[in-house]
Order: sequence, then structure tokens, then C-alpha cells
Amino acid sequence: MMIERFEEITTEEQTAVAEHDHTVKVCVAAGCLSSQSDQVLDALKNGVGEHRGCHVKGVGCMGLCSQGPLVAVESKTGAKSGSVMYQNVKAEDAPDIIQSLGKKPVARLELKTNVPFFQRQTKIVLENCGEIDPERIEEYIAVEGYQGLLTAVTELSPIEVIDEIVRSGLRGRGGGGYPTGLKWTTVAKMDGPTKYVICNADEGDPGAFMDRSVLESDPHRVLEGMAIAGYAVGATEGYIYVRGEYPLAVERLKIAIRQANRLGVLGSKVCGTTFDFNVHIRLGAGAFVCGEETALIASIEGKRGTPRPRPPYPAEYGLWGKPTLINNVETFANVPAIVRKGGAWYAGIGTEKSKGTKVFALAGSIQNTGLIEVPMGMSLREIIFEIGGGVPNGNCKAVQTGGPSGGCIPADYFDTPVDYESLKALGSIMGSGGMIIMDDSSSMVDVARYFMEFCMTESCGKCVPCRVGTVHMHTLLNKIYKGEARRHDLETLEKLCDLVMNTSLCGLGQTAPNPVLSTLRYFRHEYMDLLVDGAEDGRGATAVDAQLLEAQS
Amino acid sequence: MKRQTQARIITLKIDGVDVAAREHETILELAQENNIFIPTLCHLDGLSEYGGCRICVVEVKGSNRLFPACMTPATEGMEVITNSERLRLYRFSILDMLFSERNHVCSVCVSNGHCDLQYLSAKLGMTRVEVPYLNPKVDVDASHEHFIMDHNRCILCQRCVRVCGEIEGAFTKGVMGRGVNTRIIHDLNGAWGDSDTCTSCGKCVNVCPTGALVEKGKSAGEMVKRRDWLPYLRLMQED
Amino acid sequence: MSEKAKLATVWLDGCSGCHMSFLDIDERILAVAELADLVYSPLVDLKVFPEMVDVTLVEGAVSSEEDYHKIQKVRAHTKVLVSLGDCAVTANVPGMRNPFKVQDILNRAYLENADLNQHIPVEVIPPLRKTSVPVHQVVEVDVFVPGCPPSADTIFYVLTELLAGRKPVMLGKTRFGI
Repeated sequence: MMIERFEEITTEEQTAVAEHDHTVKVCVAAGCLSSQSDQVLDALKNGVGEHRGCHVKGVGCMGLCSQGPLVAVESKTGAKSGSVMYQNVKAEDAPDIIQSLGKKPVARLELKTNVPFFQRQTKIVLENCGEIDPERIEEYIAVEGYQGLLTAVTELSPIEVIDEIVRSGLRGRGGGGYPTGLKWTTVAKMDGPTKYVICNADEGDPGAFMDRSVLESDPHRVLEGMAIAGYAVGATEGYIYVRGEYPLAVERLKIAIRQANRLGVLGSKVCGTTFDFNVHIRLGAGAFVCGEETALIASIEGKRGTPRPRPPYPAEYGLWGKPTLINNVETFANVPAIVRKGGAWYAGIGTEKSKGTKVFALAGSIQNTGLIEVPMGMSLREIIFEIGGGVPNGNCKAVQTGGPSGGCIPADYFDTPVDYESLKALGSIMGSGGMIIMDDSSSMVDVARYFMEFCMTESCGKCVPCRVGTVHMHTLLNKIYKGEARRHDLETLEKLCDLVMNTSLCGLGQTAPNPVLSTLRYFRHEYMDLLVDGAEDGRGATAVDAQLLEAQS
Repeated sequence: MKRQTQARIITLKIDGVDVAAREHETILELAQENNIFIPTLCHLDGLSEYGGCRICVVEVKGSNRLFPACMTPATEGMEVITNSERLRLYRFSILDMLFSERNHVCSVCVSNGHCDLQYLSAKLGMTRVEVPYLNPKVDVDASHEHFIMDHNRCILCQRCVRVCGEIEGAFTKGVMGRGVNTRIIHDLNGAWGDSDTCTSCGKCVNVCPTGALVEKGKSAGEMVKRRDWLPYLRLMQED
Repeated sequence: MSEKAKLATVWLDGCSGCHMSFLDIDERILAVAELADLVYSPLVDLKVFPEMVDVTLVEGAVSSEEDYHKIQKVRAHTKVLVSLGDCAVTANVPGMRNPFKVQDILNRAYLENADLNQHIPVEVIPPLRKTSVPVHQVVEVDVFVPGCPPSADTIFYVLTELLAGRKPVMLGKTRFGI
């Protein structure tokens, strides 16, 4: 029986932990790895060779990426029991850290953890990030991993699982905020026998690294969520569409899938039941539009990654024409906890319409660059100034949320609670969770220009308004930024925004004007200031027959 | 859209006119049956729908969104508007986008007088392109024995790609690149004349709406495209 | 002082085909002459654009520095400016050089393809601008008459409507290319 096997593993893990007085955790997620945390890990491992009672391991993201490589030490004995965190650790620091075990911590490296960045977060999706070794399924199981799946497949009917998700109020974390329970219900009601579950891990927003961290730090969590979803909607095959730029995430997912299959929590006869669930990885080739569900499906099918008009929605006509459930990484990562602790528990967190927590990637002009998870409804001010530690230089001017589909929210509106509806009302979106903070040295026209350039180069070329409209918009923004534009150029820009927003085929095109529209809404004066002095406009400055002009339109 | 033999019949309004439809029929099919003009470019009877040109977008009462008529199935009680001022302006803008994207010089084009893009611009009463021209430097592939592919005139409607794969089954034509750098290619981006898969059937030339695909040696007066065979071939395929 | 309206025609970068088409209205030119005086035109021996003109027909794209300055002067002294023909409306054939660099075009025309006297003229000939553009990309245009060239009937219709103080309706009258 699987449950006994789980208990056995948990006991083994706990015994192993109990044997060690100190556990040294080194972050080996992409952020810290890029500042050579692998060397730190090696140095520590070699260093503790003779130090008995100390266990060194690599773990996932601890959140404060700007201070990496991060190392956490947990001690049960000695003068300093409890946990200590170190920042900016180099391989040369390893002997000092080992020396200090059980004694006073190394002061020059110590990172204070009694600060809002650590204290104000509520971790559900990230609960195991920075705690467990992402490459060992045993550690995941020791922290109640796969318990949700086991409960689902052995004790609950698919409908009961869906009910639990509906009760939780979970909404899609990829940006749209579509109720997850409703999506699951729709797919579950479709005729089988073949259905698919797809995990969208094609995270492409500039400055966003939430899904990447989750996959690198806790891959089993996503697999468990997918398997529960597969059980609930009646699918036996799952696909994870990961962007090719995330090699580490792919590697850890592969390891995770292999371990899960071997243990019997994935593959045929999941947890000894009659439910089969196989997970496959598909790699993206660097196209932003493949994060759009219909383009993603086309890409998995081996076709050119371009979207198609909806309806029919993937729930009805998805991968290879079969009913398909497609959710984002973070959405799936929420599922195990919901099944384990109940939908009502989850619904108790967050606001009335936006339940649970949301992971955000803080980037840009902010003290604490990194990954955070907060309950829905926390204000932007708390996120940016308390958890984020504020802006290092100058004043905070605005925050950009939602990536190229989102908008800029000026500092005046920072008391707005972060939930789907409030952000939408401000002309931005929740998006997948990227937050780029800008100080007063940023030109908002430049920001709009940057995002337009992104949309222009990432347009798939299928529909005319997005393909050509974004180029014209980018040209105009360039012209405005260089101070060569006139008022009628601004009018043309607004007209193009309207065209692209209303006539484009997919979400990428329809939301491409958002960065322009939101900066125009809150920072119109920055645009106006850059226009060539409007007094003597070369066009129409002369006496043109007013009647004729009026008649022409 | 595949027709069912025993389709449900529904009723709806297009521009205030009551029309009856089989379920699964698209707004465009219905409009054409009822002689209501909806401009189209990427659509062609006999090919799968593509939904890329966006010129056929229509309004549906009760929704703020616009729907491509070619791919939106009719539903019971729907009220479709195909000719509002808002749509007229969007259609002008979409033509603006197309004319400004590549180098469309009607006066010296071999398809002058037989071009869907030119025809539509006149039919809708377009007199100018409002946005600046992008003036891209694009190639002409004249390597094929009989045909020419002039990318200057291409609007990327992909009729050629579809007819090549869906009807001829050759899959010679394909697409490469993104955004405005998207190009129609032959095989793995080789010269058309070197293609081993091209059967020289000329279907792509005949479905091309503009002067992007033309026959060599023909004058503007002779370069007439025939498409009446297409629905029959599709019908034969389905049977 | 004449009560008649003042009419002008301007020839920028075009082939003069639109002017030819204008002349193709044949005897109807007398009807136009009843309504307006032709005060400035390639067909009129006057070197300075008049103070104020009621209707100016512009043929040709804006290609050279001369075109660029001339059209602004014309705009400033015209009540109703008409873009006549595809070159004025779309840049048409003059615009076909736009994907290339000016220097490459000059090299091609005056050096590579010249049999005799290979040199790029620098005097008298106005320098080319980076691109040839439609008139309305430089100044405000009131009426657009596409066509290469627009037919004599179309031109006559546009002129008589404008001179009668009405705005011509172009739908169904003409199109790009013809």
C-alpha cells in the first residue's frame, strides 16, 4: 500500500534529519546558481567531510534572489540553536560557516530574517521552496507531498475533488483569473475517453520568474497538482510545456517524473489504483505567443505556434481535438494543498473574489529583488515598501504588473489591494505575477516603447492588426520618445491602440496596447512634454476650407 | 465547419434581416447566402478557415467584442451587425495595415485589375493609406519555371499554404519567421525552382488574392485567376 | 478683379500622366474655364505660386528637397488641396526606390547603367530625400483622387464638384492603380 510506503519514507527522512545536529541548505535555483552557488555547495560539502552531525544539501529558491547565493543553517544543538541565514556567500566562506556551526554565526554574512520580507509572506505554493532538495522525492513526501493525490485517488470521487477546488475559489494564476473549478467541471463533463491535462510553463513575461522558481525548487508539487487534475477531469495523459530557456527546470522535472513513476505515484496504476497518469515534457522554442493556450496546443502538436480563434475553447476542442484542461504552473501548485487541507481552508485566505495567495516576482528598482508569496488583497504599498524594502534611489514612481499585457500603476494608487478586479479597474492586470518597480528616473514613454517592441517582435504574424499595428505603434512611440512627434501622431497612436485591442485574434494582440494605454492614462503629460511644440503644426496650420474639412472624415 | 445531415435549424438576425441557418453554419456563410456583403481576404470557399486577416469582423449585439464572421458559428437569437460605422473604420485601418506593410504598387502590378486587395479598397471607398509605408526590402523568387513569388505583394493570408497542403497535398509552401518578418517559404526555405515537392500544379497561384503569386509571361490583362474548381475538389475530398 | 475661383496644378515627382489625363477632359475644359482661372500650372508660364488659390491639384510624390519645400508653400497658399493620382496619394512608382538607399539608387542610375559621362549630378538637380512619400505625409490634404492616372471623367467630376463648393464622393469613381 502506498500509504505505508509514504510513512516508511517519512520515517526514514526524519531519522536522517535527527541524526544530524546541523542542516546546511544551499539555494541551487537559477538565481543563486548564476552567482555560483554550486561552488558554495561543493565547498561546504567538501568542508564538512570530517564534521560529524552536519548535513549539507541543495534546496530551491529562498526568495531573496538579489542577495544570493543564500545559505541557511539549521542547528539543533550548540550555543546557537535555531536557524541562521547567510547572504552573498562565496565558496571561500565555506570554512567560516563550518567553523561557526554550533557557535556564533558568521556576522559578516548574516542575513536578518526578522524583517518584513520574510515575516509578512504567506507561503502555500512556495512552502517547500528553500526547504527541500528538489531532486529527491523522499524529501517531498516527508513534508506531506503526494498526500493530496493519495487522498484524491483513494478516498474521493472525481466530482468530490472538483467540488473541493470550486469551494477553494482558486482562479487561474496565469493571468486571466478564470475560475479553476469551473474549468475543471467543463472538461470533466466532456465526453471521453481521451482527454488531456496541460501545464503551461511557458513563462515569457519580461521580469517574471515565478513558475521557473517553482519548477526548479519543488517540481513534484506541480506534478501532483497535474495528477489530481487528471483524476478529476478524467485524463490519463499530461503534458508540461516548458520554455526551452529553462534548462534547469526541465532537468529537475525529468528527474521528478522519473522518481514519481518509479515510486508509483505517476504512470500506470497511480498509488495502486486503476487510475493511470503519464506526464510528458514538451519544450518551447522561445516564442512568447506559445503561452497563449491555442498556440501552445498547436506547438505541442508539432505545428507552427500560432493561436486560433476561440470558441471552441480547449476544454471542448484542445490537444489533437480532444477535451483539454490547461492550467498554469502556479495554479497546479496550489492544488495539492487545497486537496490536503480542504477548499474551505484555502477560501479563508485572500479577498472575497480573489482567494488564496499569489506569488510575485519583484524586479526593477527595488531593494529586495526576488520571489514572494502574499495573500490576495495585500496592498501594493505593503508589497513594494514593506516586503520589497522600497526603492533604493529616488522615489517610487509606478509599478508595472502583468508583463506586456499589463499596465503601469502610479504610486498614487498604491493603496489598492492586489486582486484580479482591482488591478483590472486600474487598467492593468494581475497577469502571471511579474512586478517591475520603477523610480522617478524612468520615462514612462520609454517603458511603453520597450513593451511595444517586445510585442512587435513576439507577434506571431498571423493576424494583420497585431502584426503590422504593433510596428506602427512602436515607430510612433520611438518618434515621440525622440521628440520628433506632433499631436496628430499621438492621435494616430491612440487610434492604433483601439484597432489592435479590438480586432486582434488572440490575447497577445488584444492586450498589446495596454502598456501604452495605461501610461497614457496616468502619465499623459510625459507624452505631451515630448511632442514638438504644438503651436505651429506644419499640417493644417493654414486656412483650409472649414466646411470641407468637416465634411471629410 | 463540417455539416451534419440532420442539423438543427436556428434563426437569427443579420443587419436586421431575419435569416434561418443550420447549426454550425458561420455568419459569413449565412451572409453570403442572403446576399449580405462582408469583406473577406484570407477566406476562400473550399479551404479551411484561417481567421487571420480580420477584415470580416462583425459586431454581435450584447457583446463588446468583435467576431470574425468566417469562423463564428451562428447561434440562436444572435443579432449580427456587419455594416456599422465602427466596423467601416476598422476595415479601413486593416487595409491601411496591409497596404503599408509590403510594397503594393497597383499601377505596375501584374494583378492590377484582378486583385482582391485592390478590389476591396475600391469597394469600401478607401482613398488613401493613413499610416506611413514600412517600405521593407523583400525578395522576388522567380526561380520556378512557370510561376513567380513576389513577396512585395504578399499579405500573408496563407491561402497558398492551405491549398498546397489541403488540396494538392504537396506541403511545399510553408511559413517562416514572426511578426512583419513572416515569410511564405518553399520547403525548407529553398528556391521555389529547386523544390522537389512542388508539383507545379499552379493552385497556389490561382488562390492568391494579390499579385504575390503570378504566372510568368502573362500581362496584367491576362493574369486572371480561376478559383471555381476549388469547392468541387474539396467536395470530392470529403466524399 | 475676377469673381471666378482660382485653380492651380502642381507637378512634383510624377510622370505628368495625371496632367495628361486632366487635359483629356477635352472640350469640357471650357466648362472648367467658366468656373475658374488657371493661375498656376506647368501649363502656365508663372514662376511664383499666387498668394491664395482656391483649389490646387497636386500630381506626384514628395521625393526631393524641392518637392518638400514646394508642397509646404503650396499648402500655405491653397484653400483646398487635392492629391491627384497614385503618386500623390501613395508615392506609387517614385516610392519603389524606398527600400533602397539613395546613394545606391544614384549609383545604379548614373554610374552602373550609364554608357557615357558617368557621374552623379550634384548641381541644379535637387537632392533626393531619404524616401519618396505621399503628399499627405508632409502636409494636410483635403481631397484624395487615387488612380494611375485618374480618368478624365473622374478629374472633371472632382473639379466641378469642388468649384461648386461641394465635396466630391470618391466611392465607385476610382481606385488605386486603375
